[in-house]
Amino acid sequence: MSRYAHLHAPVGGPLWSRPFRILVVVFVFCALFFVYRFAAGLGASTALNDGYPWGIWIAFDVVVGTALGCGGYAVALLVYILNKGTYHPLVRPALLTSALGYTMASIAIHFDVGRPWLLYRIPLFPAHWNFNSALFEVALCVMTYVAVLWLELSPAFMEKWSQGPAGFLRRTSEKAAPIVDKAMPWLIALGLLLPTMHQSSLGTVMLLTGQKLHPLWNTPLLPLLFLVSCLGMGYAVVVFESALSSGILGRRRETPMLASLAGVMVPVLAVFTLVRFVDLGLRGRLGLLGTFDLYTGMFVLETVLFLAPAFMLLSPKARNDAGNLFRASMIMILAGSVYRLDAYIVAFRPGDRFSYFPSFAELMVTLGVVALEVILYVVIVKYFPILSAPGAEAPARTARA
Amino acid sequence: MSAVDRRTLLKGVAATGAVAATGISLPAHGRVAKAVPPDAVGLLYDTTLCIGCKACVVACREANDKKPDTRLSGGLWDMPADLNGQTKNVIKLYKDADSPERSYFKAQCLHCVDPACVGACMIGALQKREFGIVTYDPFFCSGCRYCQMVCPFEIPKFEWEKLAPKIVKCELCNHRLKEGKEPGCTEVCPRHAVVYGKREDLLAEAKRRIAENPKKYKGQKAGDPPKVYGETEGGGTQCLYLSHVPFEKLGLPDLSSEPVPHVAQTVQHGIYQGFVAPVALYAVLGAVVFRNRRKQDAASGETDGPAGGAE
Ligand code: SF4
Ligand code: SF4
Ligand code: SF4
Repeated sequence: MSRYAHLHAPVGGPLWSRPFRILVVVFVFCALFFVYRFAAGLGASTALNDGYPWGIWIAFDVVVGTALGCGGYAVALLVYILNKGTYHPLVRPALLTSALGYTMASIAIHFDVGRPWLLYRIPLFPAHWNFNSALFEVALCVMTYVAVLWLELSPAFMEKWSQGPAGFLRRTSEKAAPIVDKAMPWLIALGLLLPTMHQSSLGTVMLLTGQKLHPLWNTPLLPLLFLVSCLGMGYAVVVFESALSSGILGRRRETPMLASLAGVMVPVLAVFTLVRFVDLGLRGRLGLLGTFDLYTGMFVLETVLFLAPAFMLLSPKARNDAGNLFRASMIMILAGSVYRLDAYIVAFRPGDRFSYFPSFAELMVTLGVVALEVILYVVIVKYFPILSAPGAEAPARTARA
Repeated sequence: MSAVDRRTLLKGVAATGAVAATGISLPAHGRVAKAVPPDAVGLLYDTTLCIGCKACVVACREANDKKPDTRLSGGLWDMPADLNGQTKNVIKLYKDADSPERSYFKAQCLHCVDPACVGACMIGALQKREFGIVTYDPFFCSGCRYCQMVCPFEIPKFEWEKLAPKIVKCELCNHRLKEGKEPGCTEVCPRHAVVYGKREDLLAEAKRRIAENPKKYKGQKAGDPPKVYGETEGGGTQCLYLSHVPFEKLGLPDLSSEPVPHVAQTVQHGIYQGFVAPVALYAVLGAVVFRNRRKQDAASGETDGPAGGAE
């Protein structure tokens, strides 16, 4: 048995509520485009071309999607490394969004690559691994991290199954639980290492495009900027999600805990913006901001989006205002998403003869993947002890942090 | 009480960021630029000699079993708009809007000395092999198209309309070279505008032509001294260009002599050199997690061991 079992409880209640039914209908509609993608091929189903070989399936589903899945990483960093035990009740929900976010990104990759069945040659041919390739590092890390996340989350499932009817699930849970328990510190450490590696590498990936990436985005510090932005997005997602579940599912509001979490976002956002400007300044590129075009426009937009939540959360009083907190974290999520989409699509300049805007099928596939993620989230929190139990308080002993 | 001490957090962010930052602050880990392979071969294309007959385009198709691209001509004749999933070689026409300046331009893979595409490819579907030729092996290609993202010359193309699409690009006719023949394009060129040979010979020949006729040839931009494109650009290429119009007008980018993959791989190597940093970080993370959990257990007087984590 996990020691904080009493902190979490399944939401329960009927599954087929009206919003859930709508969600399923949306998913089924989008799933038609999953089929279309494979029946018609990439050329017919997408707006991708030889100049813009990567579109929203990579930039949004994978690059933004995994950053949104960094809640588990960001919170675990606080809880386990900085030892802020107060956040404990938030770890499980954060892990679930992470596990789902990363799983969905892995699924999206299969839509995007031209020959998905050959992805499985990657682990099979270690002699061919190209350690120079940041993308290879991302691929390997993400594959491993998906497994680590579900393992980290597995106590939640085993808790439920070990109390269920006798049978395979119960026997397995009873046997596996102590093993997972023993391995947990090392899994947690792996769960901290892997995102540090691949989230920064997602920045290195674009560094290799060289001159094709606009100089306002192209910097050797891209890996650092990607890492910091995923932390900001990770915290924001946890705040956002918790506020949402207390609103929709009627869970206890965790505002005081979220408020202190929000306090963490302020320096993260400030560091991001500071690093960016200092870097541009040191390399004499601030002058680029003097011309007004699409690129400076997007850069200014990003900066405003990154700084706005920092100011909104500056005072402790503002952080304790649930509405303000929710809005700030929404802006933070937007900021990181725009930054990543810019770095992967908008600031990528293959030449005037190419252009890209996602096709309807591309948008539908992305929507379908998101819908599936939400469906799985709802199902899992309904039946498994993920969200904090109504009325449960963080254990007193951990509040000392 | 705010449970978060900002200074502690800043330290935390700095610690995680430090891993990424080592790549920038450790020049000792910088990568060594690749040198031209001693047996490097290549092409030399000279715009002053090309008459735009496109014999090389046809020959390239025959040499590589690629069907004519008749999409633009309504199914009538071969008319590729650019390199594409069935075209490894194309002759383009550059025309200046307000002057009589015009030039043909032959586009194909430049077989970079230090190719970005090879650095990008996850498990080496693209490799620089014998004679420095950059080859493609579909057995390892998942169709991720990262090579397309990184090639500074927009060379690799994708078979977008196929269900099992491959990357298509000039492999310097290495299957013909093996048989002792020369590339399809150079074999048929009536004016020897494109010739095949050892890179060092081609480079010497190109320089000789410039020396003989310095007025005829141009540099990167209008007014620049004449140069051989590919001698140093992006770390050097094995296929070289001479031109009577500035190279930028032909669409050849202004690259420094730094290899295109240099910065990215210096960062990547800095972080992952011998895998020391990740392993060290893992050990530290593991130890800290372990210690923090033990401290908590001690503080709470719990006796049920270093239990579960996902709470
Ligand atoms: S020109 Fe492009 S495809 Fe050819 S070797 Fe260089 S990077 Fe690779
Ligand atoms: S598309 Fe194929 S050849 Fe190009 S980088 Fe990806 S795996 Fe390598
Ligand atoms: S070397 Fe061969 S593949 Fe390359 S352009 Fe010439 S004919 Fe085509």
